Amino acid sequence: MALPKILGIETEFGISHVRGGGDPIAGSTALVNAYAARLKGHTRWDFHDESPGRDARGSAPLDARPPMVETHLANTVLTNGARFYVDHAHPEYSSPECSSAIEAVRYDVAGEHVLRRATEAARELYPGAPELAVYKNNSDGKGNSYGCHENYLVDRELPFADLVVAVVPHFITRSLFCGAGKVGYEFAGDDQGHFQLTQRAEFFEEVVGLETTIKRPIVNTRDEPHADPKRYRRLHVILGDANLAQVATWLKLGTTTMVLAMAEDGALPGRALLPANPVRAFQHISGDLSLRAPFDLADGASITALEAQWCLYEAAVTYTDTQGFDAVGGEVDGRAVLERWQATLHGLETDPSSLAGSVDWIAKLRLLEAYRERHQLSWDDARLAAMDLQYHDLRPERSLAARLGLEVLVGDEEAQAAVSEPPRTTRAYFRGRCLEQYPEQIESANWDSLVFDLGTDPLHRVPMMDPLRGTAAHTEALLDRCTTAEQLLRELDA
Amino acid sequence: MPEREQIRRPKREEAPEEVIEETAAGSEQGEKLKADLDELLDEIDLVLEDNAEEFVRGYVQKGGQ
Repeated sequence: MALPKILGIETEFGISHVRGGGDPIAGSTALVNAYAARLKGHTRWDFHDESPGRDARGSAPLDARPPMVETHLANTVLTNGARFYVDHAHPEYSSPECSSAIEAVRYDVAGEHVLRRATEAARELYPGAPELAVYKNNSDGKGNSYGCHENYLVDRELPFADLVVAVVPHFITRSLFCGAGKVGYEFAGDDQGHFQLTQRAEFFEEVVGLETTIKRPIVNTRDEPHADPKRYRRLHVILGDANLAQVATWLKLGTTTMVLAMAEDGALPGRALLPANPVRAFQHISGDLSLRAPFDLADGASITALEAQWCLYEAAVTYTDTQGFDAVGGEVDGRAVLERWQATLHGLETDPSSLAGSVDWIAKLRLLEAYRERHQLSWDDARLAAMDLQYHDLRPERSLAARLGLEVLVGDEEAQAAVSEPPRTTRAYFRGRCLEQYPEQIESANWDSLVFDLGTDPLHRVPMMDPLRGTAAHTEALLDRCTTAEQLLRELDA
Repeated sequence: MPEREQIRRPKREEAPEEVIEETAAGSEQGEKLKADLDELLDEIDLVLEDNAEEFVRGYVQKGGQ
């Protein structure tokens, strides 16, 4: 039986100084520090278990270059269980661990609020400093990309090689509904049109690998479970686009949890959907606005991305008929994901424009085409490239996505609550509540532990090696009862 | 390859050519969408960065994953 698919989503945001120039690291640092200054306590991140160089294949190739652990940059942990920090030259928000796709959407949208509030906080804290703008996108249009990564809890018993075969077909074909859309191409190549479904496909060069900043792979082998490594993997998915359409985020996460649960239970069509050349197929799908051009399969046949998605959808229907929805976010959300998955594939097949409220690339393309027609612009007009960027601008007064009437799954009030309150269904609950209740006594925190400082030696580390424990069901009564950190630690030790 | 049998790969030629009938409600909705879009296009000119070329040129994001 598949493990419950605990999941999270992390976004590196684009950042720029509104009047030009400016150092992005300084800007990102200002955002994180200004936001942290508004919190009750500023809990630093604990780098105790960071090991981005560990490879799921056992050993990494000698020339592999995983990202460095940057312990010197601004970093904080929020009462909703998320991490907010500077990653390289970008502000990054990593959602807390969630137990369903819709819950992860709530915390993804909360992340947009965090970045907006951070921008306000920076304006207040550093008056006179250049104004900052934040973009939820993945490319600067000049060959530089930054990620929106997903993380899923996977059973260690599933061999990594089987996991690769299971996820590659879905990862490249789900672009049909979770691509964020992009004007033009950033690298030279043949048969290039004026628009692509995804921001990221061009940046992928390998099928499997450890890197995330160069030679990006479709399946990333980073083996850093942030949980008991004997039982769990954390599949770190790096190829997705950041979405403004909440439905797109929801489907991306919901359909992927289903594919992973099916992989664990052996319910996928094996190698039948495996592309002959996954990287080329990914880029081919991204560039095919007709949605009809087939790509070659490893077994010599060919298939379109839509056909592959129908196969996966049908497998998911059969799977959940027998196994239920326990592993994939529960009955309510799981069934809703399946229904929307079907409706979306049907829409893509019959009338893609009907999905302009739920699929980013369609919303964006429709707007660009209308504007282009009105002003008789060629596709290389800078105004279209500007609109592409501004689609993702998080400032309400500049955002184009906010003006397109995208379907709302998580309302403003709910998302605002999720900025400060943790999910109740994972260990993020314990992390968030502790940060809320004992901000002065928590020395540092990370995904799988909290370090308390009671002012007496030694520091006290509370491990949280199981993402499924530390939920409200497990710890709410305890946390309600323990008014001080001393009492909490005493009761935990008892 | 026994796995192949377990799943139906939809054949491309099977995909039915759906005739999309334009119902009165459907076309009304279409008209409304178009009107909304027109209104939005008027607004875009006000929201769009003043100097699109400079804005696009200045947007550079290094050091990402």
